[in-house]
Amino acid sequence: MILTFIEIRDGKIKKSSLEALSEAKRRADEMGRPAAAVLVGGEGLAPELQAHGAAKVFVLENAQLDAYSAQGYAMALAELVRETAPAAVFFAASAMGVDLAPRLAARLGVSMASDCTKVAVKDGALEFTRPIYAGKAFLTLALKSSPALATLRPNVFPVAASPVAGEIVKKTADVPQGAVKGRVAEVLCEAGGEIDVAEAEIIVSGGRGLKAPESFALLRELAAILPKAAVGASRAAVDAGWIGHAHQVGQTGKTVSPNLYLALGVSGAIQHLAGMSSSKVIVAVNKDPEAPIFKVADYGIVGDLFQVIPALKDELRKALQE
Amino acid sequence: MNIVVFVKRVPDTESKIRIHHDTHTVVEEGLNFIISPNDEYGIEEGLRLRQALGGKVTAVSVGGEEALTVLKKGLAMGVDEAVLIKDDLKETYDGLRLARIIAKAVAARFADADMLLFGRMSVGADNAQVPAMTAELLGWPQATVVTKLAVEGTAATAYREIEGAQEKVTFSLPAVVSAQKGLNEPRYETLKGIMAAKRKVIPVVSLAELGLTAEETRPGIEVRKLETPAAKAAGRILTGTPEETAKLLVELLRGEAKVI
Repeated sequence: MILTFIEIRDGKIKKSSLEALSEAKRRADEMGRPAAAVLVGGEGLAPELQAHGAAKVFVLENAQLDAYSAQGYAMALAELVRETAPAAVFFAASAMGVDLAPRLAARLGVSMASDCTKVAVKDGALEFTRPIYAGKAFLTLALKSSPALATLRPNVFPVAASPVAGEIVKKTADVPQGAVKGRVAEVLCEAGGEIDVAEAEIIVSGGRGLKAPESFALLRELAAILPKAAVGASRAAVDAGWIGHAHQVGQTGKTVSPNLYLALGVSGAIQHLAGMSSSKVIVAVNKDPEAPIFKVADYGIVGDLFQVIPALKDELRKALQE
Repeated sequence: MNIVVFVKRVPDTESKIRIHHDTHTVVEEGLNFIISPNDEYGIEEGLRLRQALGGKVTAVSVGGEEALTVLKKGLAMGVDEAVLIKDDLKETYDGLRLARIIAKAVAARFADADMLLFGRMSVGADNAQVPAMTAELLGWPQATVVTKLAVEGTAATAYREIEGAQEKVTFSLPAVVSAQKGLNEPRYETLKGIMAAKRKVIPVVSLAELGLTAEETRPGIEVRKLETPAAKAAGRILTGTPEETAKLLVELLRGEAKVI
């Protein structure tokens, strides 16, 4: 069995969790094993997981888990893993997955693979490939202990419908009162509920070429026209104080793999390229034809972005309204 | 408040990475090494907490003798003490192995610590595993990817970055905190600090001295391949007026690339 941890945000299953479950189903099929999913609460969401290949859906319940805590969730998941002995446990490499998976790994005493972009079956066991140095190199590894724990990078693995007749197993998690010493007290949403660069399907990114913080308004307008688009930034733009660090893409920011990355006035410093070069399609607009960003771009426009962006906005509006 | 900050020596983020394909290792010749940038936020936060609440900040690194340079940097920034835990294995990419070493070191040498501070992740292995693993091995609460931290007595509040929002986490001390850009602005070393750091003796502790067995420090990861990504074929440069190039680009993104 390959078990996938399913994250719920605002009462809904996160897309990155469905991506992880879909990959678990594909690899489980290859290994001749079933796929399963585990939720903390949220029994009503089980049918969506059965529609994506989960032959068993475990629903863990305990009032101690009403607020998320890595410590409490790891206790509950470790108990389930010990009882069901899965060959592997997958998580999305989301903020929660990255917080929780290593805690569970340590509780189980197993090493793990973070932020994987490829999973393969070799001689009946899983093999993981993941970017290191923010994508300047790729590491392929096997885990020596069982279960194999891995977090899977969002936006890399396709979601696939795969309906299975399944079973829903409700369990009361054994998390004693007082055992959890820290938990989430509140979630504060940014005004406007912007999409995060780590999850966006399209990123509109700006660099020093924007010249002033106000220019990010242009990028936000462009992002608003595109579906599921977020605004990104180079380290130079963040360090200049033009935009918050949560938007930074690169080796000291976030490593991203959107379907489309629009680099506007981004020169392409090596540490920025590392963080975005695995994007599926890259567009660069820069007035310097020698800018390194053009080396990774699929489409490039050498020109003044203050003229190109308005024209691009018009064309996109026309095209997307058709 | 007794604070221990963990720091790691990593290749500069401006570095090009080359690979020894026979040994699956990174070519170190010609690389410039620095303290992992996220770790500087950890040091700075430790120094700020000490300033506000009193106490002591100790910087610890796990690695070879080369890691003494990043400990010197911590001393020059103002930490009180530094300790090197000598580990002769090169990068294993195994977070659990490192967390086991750190948890053992905390139990043996820093049992009275109130807080362990880490960078969000080390630049290089890009695991972001060690803080949460260490917290679990010690049975302490954790707050990772923190952009704001407040301590009052034995209680703490942290804000952590999640997708498109901030999570407010409350927890008790002792605890593990990992620092994210935005938490603070790390200070520069002062000349006085650099001079003092030069004179300071940094104790070197072996894994055996911590009571770690060969079994406990055996990597749980088998490295099968290490590769650099294939160079991308040259892209297409669109020419014309801004209106023409914009129109063509949108056509290509829809028709050829099919991404919008």
